[in-house]
Amino acid sequence: MSTRLPKKDVVVVGLGWTGSIMAYELSKMGLDVVAIERGPWRDTASDYNIATAPDELRYAVRQDIFLRPAQTTDTARNSMSQTALPIRKFGSYLPGNGVGGAGVHWNGHSWRFFPSDFNLRSHYEERYGKNFIPDDMTIQDYPVTYDELEPHYDFFEKVMGISGKAGNIKGVIQDGGNPFEGWRSDEYPTKPLKPNLAQIKFEKAAKELGLHPFPLPSANISEAYTNPYGLRLAPCTYCGFCEWFGCANYSKSSPQTCVLPALMRHTNFEARTLCEVTRINKTRDGKMASGVTYVDAAGREFEQPADIVLVCAYATFNVRLLMLSQLGTQYDPVSNTGTLGRNYAYQTNAGVLGYFDKDTHFNPFAGAGSQGMMADDYNGDNFDHAELGFVGGANINCNTPHGRPISARPTPPGTPRWGSEWKKATAETYGHTQSVGTQGSSMSYRDVYLDLDPTYKDRLGNPLMRMTFDFKENDLKMSRFVVDRCEEIMKNMGPQRMVKTYKRGPWNVVPYQTTHNTGGAVMSSTPDKGVVNRYGQHWDAPNVFVTGACLFPQNAGYNPTNTVGALTYWTLDAIKNQYLKNAGQALVQA
Amino acid sequence: MPVSSRRQLLSATALVAFSAPALGRSITGRMPWKPNEAYPPELARPGGWYFLNPAEVATLEAITSRLIPADDLSPSGKDAGCVVFIDRQLAGPYGTYEWLYMQPPFSDNPLPTQGIQSPLTPQQQYRLGLAALATHCRDSFGGKTFEQLAEADQVKLLQGMEKGEVKLPGLNAPRQTTTMLFNLILQNTMEGFFADPVYGGNKDMCSWKMIGFPGVRYDFRDVLDNPGKPYTKPPVSIMGRPDWNGKPA
Repeated sequence: MSTRLPKKDVVVVGLGWTGSIMAYELSKMGLDVVAIERGPWRDTASDYNIATAPDELRYAVRQDIFLRPAQTTDTARNSMSQTALPIRKFGSYLPGNGVGGAGVHWNGHSWRFFPSDFNLRSHYEERYGKNFIPDDMTIQDYPVTYDELEPHYDFFEKVMGISGKAGNIKGVIQDGGNPFEGWRSDEYPTKPLKPNLAQIKFEKAAKELGLHPFPLPSANISEAYTNPYGLRLAPCTYCGFCEWFGCANYSKSSPQTCVLPALMRHTNFEARTLCEVTRINKTRDGKMASGVTYVDAAGREFEQPADIVLVCAYATFNVRLLMLSQLGTQYDPVSNTGTLGRNYAYQTNAGVLGYFDKDTHFNPFAGAGSQGMMADDYNGDNFDHAELGFVGGANINCNTPHGRPISARPTPPGTPRWGSEWKKATAETYGHTQSVGTQGSSMSYRDVYLDLDPTYKDRLGNPLMRMTFDFKENDLKMSRFVVDRCEEIMKNMGPQRMVKTYKRGPWNVVPYQTTHNTGGAVMSSTPDKGVVNRYGQHWDAPNVFVTGACLFPQNAGYNPTNTVGALTYWTLDAIKNQYLKNAGQALVQA
Repeated sequence: MPVSSRRQLLSATALVAFSAPALGRSITGRMPWKPNEAYPPELARPGGWYFLNPAEVATLEAITSRLIPADDLSPSGKDAGCVVFIDRQLAGPYGTYEWLYMQPPFSDNPLPTQGIQSPLTPQQQYRLGLAALATHCRDSFGGKTFEQLAEADQVKLLQGMEKGEVKLPGLNAPRQTTTMLFNLILQNTMEGFFADPVYGGNKDMCSWKMIGFPGVRYDFRDVLDNPGKPYTKPPVSIMGRPDWNGKPA
């Protein structure tokens, strides 16, 4: 029996980046907003203070602040003919948990997708012909353009205080920035981070090869900054405990540093933590959502009615919640019907490791999650694909995220894993290696998708979500091509030896790859191709809006957060300026 | 509130079984900030064994001394505290996989890409695995224990376990193979050797000194002012460093 609570104007599922932004902007308008978060309250001073935050074992290895699979997880398999098994320990990707979500532990790479990422299918068909895209590749255009999103990218970057160097301001190419990026209305809010030795070497090597290196747009802030919500960030100290850690310095853009202190001043906002939403409830006629049902940490069930339901959890859990709620039609790859769970995609990353001489001191411990030098010459459609025979591209990065010794202690190939020889090689090699890597796009395919697992359930008895995913030849081919370009750059950086690692299938759930899971509740121009319309509004329930990377029809050669934020402000704009004027209306006619 | 009970509350996984006061929390109109609220790591206290029995300790001391032998670069894994580290980790939430998804069914033929699919927790893997190793040593080496073997024989046996050439009695896929046991011990030994000394290993930050990792200084802006210069300051752990403990400079 669930307890029915008094109705709210808005219920927000999940209090991470998108949930906190939605809650702030809508409560500021005077709406009564409640956010329901499955994890605990977390804040800098209590949870990531400087005396406890830099702890590799606790956070990076034992995964203290991540979602614990005992609470919920996904099942995984590589192909439809296999039996999926639960991811008992998260490895390949690490979903966040608690207030702030994955916005607490991210590296902070803050990219805008290219304009051509938003009309990917039509762009490729126009440039390379109708037959260029393989039949089983289900990529599609976003129902929103880069130009429409630009003001929202700009504002989200200002909320985060992103450190970087513009490459294209209103169409004018800028020295030192990324000349391939889409136009920007403004420079970055803060100047780029300082380069370490690796970035200096990469910049020189890439320039000599005719490439266009530029500093990685960073949510580790280079200088003191006050954001539009009046919240202050402090300069990054290059501590080397960024990704998988909370920041004790108030230097990493996160809901904690950029939104929550302002949001919590709103007395018409309430956060309920350690409460997990299990269903979006529907009205009697099934045409709208009536609110949500959630379970608190004591196992008590509550019904929270609301006029608007905002689905703001992590991408995969948004999709799962829609599935558990039977909101939308499950995608079936055999009959090619339904949309929910369709177009799941990931990321295709690989690279080259260089071993340098003893006098080359990279000092890898002095790094930040987003300390890097980049080249985008082989990303998106910045290079001619006609003879290459693949769709997509990858950014090339030379980063110094950390030198944490449990995980970052490479030895030359052929070194034993233990014993005297191992120890000698470890001591000699530490600090003298550097990678040049790629972050590659991941296309969507007919047989790569999400649905509910037939066997495994979470602790509450709800089915886990099943992920059917593998790397496909198009993406592996793309990745090999760009990794070969990394090798050319690395060679020019002057290592004594190089080890090149191509991406290979099958996808394995164990080694960390990236927490960039996309798709499954794709935005589309027509209801037969996606779950939500161009405003993130559910095609089947107009008072339900969905945020997050689950909206992406395929993944670009970039990290998703900045685009997730831009889409959130785009949706907010539609809610504030269109939807609320005539609540219950579909903003796009099906 | 002791850390462990906060941890239970954080995990929100231990519901239903008892009516703990771990209810949802409602927060409105303020940042729920309390003075001195923090969640320090569980300190590995010296003395005694929390999970391992004396026979297991003796064997692990020998194994960690072979995995990380003493030489002029560092003390041995044993002397660095790796067995203390493993014991304390096994006695905590890691030892029982408290945070992992451990619901059945467990597949008899998982794919190599599907990660952990054994119902055995680290506690069980150590207990069963070290018992199997003891049986193997007794049967193959005239009643000796692992630690009683000559160092060269210990190394040879460990190499055989690593490669899967030695198959310890009773250890079978998919629950636990000899190689899985070796890999678990190797992984935990390296964790102990390179983790912050607060967890019982990496005594005197010996591994950090060995490789030149300056620890948790949390501010390396000086390095960025001089990229490429060798860094010479000594390491600092979460507990500070010995020079800070009231001794004259």
